[in-house]
This record gives sequence, C-alpha cells and structure tokens, in this order.
Amino acid sequence: MTTHTATGPVGPARATAGTPPPDTGNWIRERVQRLRTGDLGPLPVILGLVVISVIFQIANGRFLSPQNLSNLSLQIASTGVIALGIVFVLVIGEIDLSAGSVSGITSAAMVVLTINHGWPPVLAIVVAVVFGAAIGLFHGMIFTKLGVPSFVLTLGGLLAWQGGQLLVLGNHGTINIPYDGTIASLANTTLQSWIGYVIAAVYASAAVGRTCLTARWRRERGLAVRPFTGDLVRDGAVTAVILAATVVFSRWHGIPLSLLIFVGLVVAVDVLLRGTTFGRKLFAVGGNAEAARRAGIQVGTVKVIAFTIASSLAAFGGVLAASRLFAVNQASGGSDILLNAIAAAVIGGTSLFGGRGSAYSALLGMLVIGAVSNGMDLLNQTSAVKYVITGAVLVAAVVIDSLARRGRAASGR
Amino acid sequence: MTSTAQRAGQGPPPVLQLEGITKSFGAVKALGGVSMTVAAGEVVALVGDNGAGKSTLIKTIAGAHPRDGGTMRFGGEQVSPRRPVDSTRLGIATVYQDLALCDNLDIVANLFLGREKHHGGFLSALDMEEVAVGLLKRLSVRIKDLRAPVSSLSGGQRQSVAIARSLLGDPRLVILDEPTAALGVEQTAEVLELIERLRAEGHAVLMVSHNLADVFDVADRIVCLRLGRSVAEFPVEGTTEEQVVAAITGVADSSAHKRRKLRRDRAEEGRP
Repeated sequence: MTTHTATGPVGPARATAGTPPPDTGNWIRERVQRLRTGDLGPLPVILGLVVISVIFQIANGRFLSPQNLSNLSLQIASTGVIALGIVFVLVIGEIDLSAGSVSGITSAAMVVLTINHGWPPVLAIVVAVVFGAAIGLFHGMIFTKLGVPSFVLTLGGLLAWQGGQLLVLGNHGTINIPYDGTIASLANTTLQSWIGYVIAAVYASAAVGRTCLTARWRRERGLAVRPFTGDLVRDGAVTAVILAATVVFSRWHGIPLSLLIFVGLVVAVDVLLRGTTFGRKLFAVGGNAEAARRAGIQVGTVKVIAFTIASSLAAFGGVLAASRLFAVNQASGGSDILLNAIAAAVIGGTSLFGGRGSAYSALLGMLVIGAVSNGMDLLNQTSAVKYVITGAVLVAAVVIDSLARRGRAASGR
Repeated sequence: MTSTAQRAGQGPPPVLQLEGITKSFGAVKALGGVSMTVAAGEVVALVGDNGAGKSTLIKTIAGAHPRDGGTMRFGGEQVSPRRPVDSTRLGIATVYQDLALCDNLDIVANLFLGREKHHGGFLSALDMEEVAVGLLKRLSVRIKDLRAPVSSLSGGQRQSVAIARSLLGDPRLVILDEPTAALGVEQTAEVLELIERLRAEGHAVLMVSHNLADVFDVADRIVCLRLGRSVAEFPVEGTTEEQVVAAITGVADSSAHKRRKLRRDRAEEGRP
C-alpha cells in the first residue's frame, strides 16, 4: 500500500489511491501476477489457437493455405454471430438453449417471405431479425415475470421453435435462394484487399491515439498514469493480425464480407459491453443481482433486453447461415450449431457463472471450434472424431475457467 | 449539538426525528413506538438485543418497510419514504451489512453502480475515476489500485468502499448496519476512523452495532431498543457499559453483570 507524499506539479486530486509511475518491468510483473491469480484474459485461447494451427499444419500442409483460411472464416461467421448473442445471456448468468432453433425459424420465415411471397430481400432480413427480437422478448418476459429457470424455458424454446420452423417451411422441406440475390451475397461477397489495409491503418491510428490520449488525459487530471506498454503491444499485435489476414485473403478471393460483418458486430458488442451504461448494468446483474437491484438497476428489464439481443443476433446468424448454404431447410439451425455457439463463448473466456465475459470470446472461441472442425475435415476424419475432439476442447476450456476461478478465489480476486 | 436544545427550538431541527414509530408484520409487532433523533455532525448508535427491532427500524427509515404509525421528520419536514428510492432522494443513504457490492466489477464501477457518469449512454470512465480518487482521498481510504475488482479487497476496504459509495449522493443521513461486524482489529479501527470523518464532514450518522466497545469508541449518543421500543438514551460521556447492557437486557443485574461487578469489587479491595 503506497502512500504518495505529493511532490512535483500534481493536480489537486493527486491520488492517495495511486499506483507508481509507469515502467515496463512493473507492467510485466503485474501481468505475471494477474496470470498467477487466475486472471487469464484471452491468453489461454490464443495459445490454444496457435497450438491447434501448428498441429494441423504439420498434419496437413493445406491448413494454413489462403484458400482454407478463407473457407474457415466463412464457416465461423454465422455460428459466431449466434455465439455473440450467447455472450449476453452468459454475462447475466443465464443460458439460452433456443438460439439454434431461433436462427432456424427466423431464417425460414425470411426465405418464405422473399421467395414464396416476393418480399424484397432486405425487408425479409429485417423482418427475420425483428422476429428474433420478438422471440427473445417473449422468452425474457416469461423468464422475468413467471420466474421460470432460463435453462428449462429455452429448452422448451429449442423444441417449440424447431417445430415452428417445420411449420413455416411447410411441405417444401427445403427452400432455395437465388445464387445472385441480396441474401446470398452476404456470405459470398469478397472485398478487395485495400479495404483490409484501410481497416488496419484506421485501427492502428485510432488505437495508438486512444492509448496516448488516455495517458495524457490521466496526467492532466492528476490520475495515476498506468503503464501503457502493454496496450501498445496489444495494439501492434492486433494490427499485425489484420494485415496478415488481409494478405492471406488477397491471395485467394479477397476479404469475405461475412467475416467483416461478424468482426464488425464483435467490435460493436465490445463497445456496448465495456463502454456503455447498459453494458455495465449487464455485468452488475451477472455479478450480484441483489446489489444491482439495490443500486436502482431494473434487473428484470436488463435481463429481458439481454435475451432480446441474444435472439436477435441468433436470427441474424441464421440469415448468414442461409446465405452461405443458398437455402433454408428443416435442418437449418439444428445439429451442433447451438452447442458450438455456447462452446465458442465459453472457450473464448466467457464464464458460465455470470459476470465475466467479452465480445472477443465469441470470435476467439469460434476460431478454435472452426479450426478444429475444419482441420478434422482436411484430415478426412468422421463426424464422430470431430465431435469427440470438439467436446474435449470444450471441457478443457471449462476446466481452465474453473481452475482460474479457483485461483481467483484463493487469491481473493 | 444536544438534541434537547434543538427540540426547544434553538438552532436547526435535527436531521432525523422519529416519534412513536410502529410497524407490524401480521400479528408480530416489530416496532411498538420508537422515538429518537439524529442531528447533523452526530453519530448515534442504535443498540439492542437480537429481535429488538434495530433492523426493522432502519429499514423503516430507509423506506424498505414503510412504517405503520408514528411520525418521521427529515430536516424538520414530515416524510414517509415508501420505497428505498424515496429515502435516497431525501438524502438518506443506507449501508446494509451485506454491503451489496459486485465482486466482478472494479472499485470505481462499484462506487458509481446505478448512477454512472456518461455522455449519451457512453461511460465517462475518467470523470468517474477522478471523482472516486477525490472521494477516497477525502475519506483517507487507502486502496492501491482502483481498477482492481472488489473481490480482491479486505473486509475493511470493502466496508469503506460501501460507505464511500453511500456518500456519492451527498446524503444528510448515513445509516450503517453493523459496520464493524466480522472485521479484524485493524480493519475495525479503519472503519471507525471513517465514521469519525463522516461526522466531521457534518453528516448525521445512525449506526447499528452489537459491539459496545466500538459504540463507545465512536458514538456521541446511544439509543437502546428493547422489544420494539426505544427504552433508554445515553450520552456516551459519563455512561458505563453496564448501564447500556442493563438497558439492552432489561435486567439490572444479569449474571454476567454480577460477575463483572464482583471482579471489579475484588480488584478494588485488593483481594485475589
């Protein structure tokens, strides 16, 4: 516990509650300390991704090829958007098992409207997302008003909306969408590489500018200046990843639009979760609902909104899936989509126990699941092996989460 | 500062003035007529045995359990808080024993929980941290890293954060429910020091405590509840613990009291 005797030109609010001035050694020490105490951040999943990539690349030289990486990013976008919605319900300490079925019924509604009834595709997409929002609102209202556990409620939703999907599709079973239509273009458009370079440049300048400005503002206000070496390292690493991805994609067809949409949504959700009062309320409700209630937060409303957002994103994920498949059929939104979405959020570091999580967990976790699935396909493995491996990865991630939790508890974090 | 002087019409009215407060839960009469005052810059300790009605009384003042009868004046005005938010609006802050902190959020986030500073919904993190640093400095609460999650704090620090949070709305009355329960010696001292600082800043403080040592350390007056009634009131100056214990238990010479008296007598007479 350091108490500064104020020296030098410091503001009136010079912190008793301050940290020592920045230095790199300190930052590293702090990081190591955090890791020790179970505050793992995205590190395990990034390490896992590297390990998975190396193994598959050794087993099959095509894994890291531009073609396969483009393919992989197309594969993860739709389920990734669903996983992003799952993050919202996990953060408030609940679960949504209906996300897969919701993506199925809403995309079914979309194709019926646009193909069978001739609605403009964009309007049909909007209706699908609004339909998803309405389903989420419905779930949320039942959950908060009647107090049905979310697990049971959304398990019922899983079955009921799947039945609804079969009804909507009628006796067609499968409805195809035109290859050159607006809906199909979502997952099948690739952008030129200059867009990637622009994004990298914008990100790098924004991130570095933000880091430096924040440090300056903190100094001006007499707040403890935190070491920002770590932030700069992170900004540099993310910029490098954007550049590398752009180069890789440019050597195949270009940057997949659906990946860009997914990543864009991840960034938007990250801002919402960490930068807004609403995001703060979500974490408060997930951390200690009673404390949130006493602080004047409308806990019920926050939960309803979380379910609504989750189902809306599930619906949009369904739209992307339909776009990639050029069709909606009776199996859309079924199979392992739901479990992959939940697994992705958890593997990425969103806690099943509520109160902890981030938008990036959907992206990182989905990359892990996508990489495993894609790598197994390259190795001509059967679904059986894929399921076993994906399941093992999920359990490993939850074990890491539990151990980290124990570490935090032991060190009182 | 004495409440008798204020009742006589000199000086400003006390911050909180209760007259004959009653509250029943069904057939159970939890409060059967409580009268007391708390003035600005005064720490009043509310003591009483388990089930004496201490918690019910503070919940009544805080609006969590609206009272059945009696009058409550706040700053001289008659008020009837019916929900917690009503009392908050009046300027009453209550820190319950369980503190109600979110362990997963950092200290600044907990301080501003439910009333974050923002521009159009976007958090103003630096504004909040600036206020938090100033507030904690003012209260001499020493916490190394304001970005650390609350779960990493000691019991005393958690209590300090909870009390500091109650001060953000600049309340006139701060109600503390067992602020030193389950704290170590050093942490208790830390929290008592904080309570003294609240008094020095002119807040009226109503503190519920079982710990008479703490009460004698920090309070100006002691109000004693027994079976839902306010039965006695002591200035701390010139009052002994025995008197307070007798008022709490309603027994002038309990066996514990007798033993203590015996011990003291022996010591005075120099016997072994």
